[in-house]
Amino acid sequence: MSALSRDDVAHLAGLARIDLSDAELDRMVGELGVILESVAKVQEVAADDIEPMSHPLPLTNVTRPDEVRPSLGVEAALSGAPEQEQQRFSVPRILDAD
Amino acid sequence: MNTDITRSSAAELAHALGSRELSSVEVVQAHLDRIAAVDAEVHAYLHVDGEGALEAARAVDQRRASGEELHVLAGVPIAVKDVMATQGLPTTCGSRILQGWIPPYDATVVARLKSAGMPILGKTNMDEFAMGSSTEHSAFGPTHNPWDLTRIPGGSGGGSSAVVAAYEAPLAIGTDTGGSIRQPASVTGTVGVKPTYGGVSRYGLVALASSLDQAGPCTRTVLDAALLHSVIGGHDPMDSTSIDAPVPAVVEAARRADVAGLKVGVIKELGGEGYQAGVRARFDESVALLQEAGAEVVEVSCPSFDYALAAYYLILPSEASSNLAKFDGMRYGLRVLPEGIEDPSAEQVMAATRDAGFGDEVKRRIILGTYALSSGYYDAYYGQAQKVRRLIAQDFSAAFDQVDVLVSPTAPTTAFRLGDKLDDPMSMYLQDVATIPANLAGVPGMSLPSGLADEDGLPTGIQILAPATKDERLYNVGAALEKMLVDRWGGSLLAKAPQLTAKGA
Repeated sequence: MSALSRDDVAHLAGLARIDLSDAELDRMVGELGVILESVAKVQEVAADDIEPMSHPLPLTNVTRPDEVRPSLGVEAALSGAPEQEQQRFSVPRILDAD
Repeated sequence: MNTDITRSSAAELAHALGSRELSSVEVVQAHLDRIAAVDAEVHAYLHVDGEGALEAARAVDQRRASGEELHVLAGVPIAVKDVMATQGLPTTCGSRILQGWIPPYDATVVARLKSAGMPILGKTNMDEFAMGSSTEHSAFGPTHNPWDLTRIPGGSGGGSSAVVAAYEAPLAIGTDTGGSIRQPASVTGTVGVKPTYGGVSRYGLVALASSLDQAGPCTRTVLDAALLHSVIGGHDPMDSTSIDAPVPAVVEAARRADVAGLKVGVIKELGGEGYQAGVRARFDESVALLQEAGAEVVEVSCPSFDYALAAYYLILPSEASSNLAKFDGMRYGLRVLPEGIEDPSAEQVMAATRDAGFGDEVKRRIILGTYALSSGYYDAYYGQAQKVRRLIAQDFSAAFDQVDVLVSPTAPTTAFRLGDKLDDPMSMYLQDVATIPANLAGVPGMSLPSGLADEDGLPTGIQILAPATKDERLYNVGAALEKMLVDRWGGSLLAKAPQLTAKGA
């Protein structure tokens, strides 16, 4: 079992899009280490012949007839937006400046 | 008069409303008065909608006066965990990232409460995004246990159980991902039910872990839970995992309350080491009562349950890291601009928003989930946890070949003191050790009060588990046991709780 380093946690936080402060990083390394050590127990049991189970129900694709039906209007859909412009969500720049 | 109203069960209120002894406006006002008197101490509500509840009560009173045939619970008010979307009412999930968000639509459960004519008193406090076992991870401050205000009310639905225990609502809705209805019920001396997975729609429930989450009733009696279950249960085309079958006959089962000839299995792996002596003693007495009432009691082994907690704390964070990706400050909720960056990118705004908006427990679980799902570790963690999940489902299957229901203590301890486990995540996670297997397998579970622990005088709970879609068995066994226990206590367990001393109480 590989222990998580501070750099690993910083990398994971980056992937999860969470800016962690130095103090948060330091604390999280220790806590995640304890949790991971404990949950690693799952590796003791499961043999190759056990089929993984991702969901309690057998899932099937659910469809409905392709018919027009009411949905949220523009005003309702935008009602929680931090910023809006011309009936659209206004977001920070997605692409680099150049 | 008001005190009598708030101490009535939902079934009693429904009867008084139906026979016009009371109006819904009187019932709602009595609960609003009680909230005003005690909630400053309990802090079980995040938002109270007095005006909306009274308006709904007036509407139902008018419909009744005009002779319209109404649902049995019409006019009985209810509180809803703040994880469910309520049109026009704030929904925060106990998080700063959603502070002030007002959903433009109702969750199906909420829509069903409204169409049954049930006024909604407000939204109840919870651990942030339902992550926790104590309601201390709410961004808006903890809820206090009405039995002892220095103690936790359980979590994540501590608010929903506490409003019921403190007589601030006759009924509440909770959600249970690993025990968040049942464990709070256990430590507050109330009844909590996690229906079969898929038995109650998840549409409009802000998802924590989609394959585990289930909404259900928080009440003071088993019959009240059955009445509420029958309102919120049933197929919903808006939820693709909703079971397309009639709601089990839970109300009839609660009224039947007969365990003669039933086989009850005591789960060997739940109840030994780590369980408080008083919890264990009250559990053993409850099992003895079932036996006296004619049930056959046998011990059943579910060996994979020893691995349930570990599997759960990989599966839950994995699903949560994906479900919570939508909180990015772009379309709704909080948006925080990073300091010292001119013209920040969307990515930088997301990272700053999520750091400021999420609390420690949420960050911890998102990062754990990101790790468990990452390339190179997926098979060792998430893949293995899914195999354990299969073994647990197989254990349940084998157990239910032998017995009709399974029982265990609901939580290993009574309510601990606020702050006691905040710095020790694993110790907090252990609170759910007995409730988690049911979520992994999708089977229904109920917790009801089993008495007070000798060592601290606080409530303990017994958990009843049934096969998937056989929810009615929980109500039959639960109601039978409740009747015997209440006879023994000479009244409800909650009547033994200390009176809250706030103004007017």
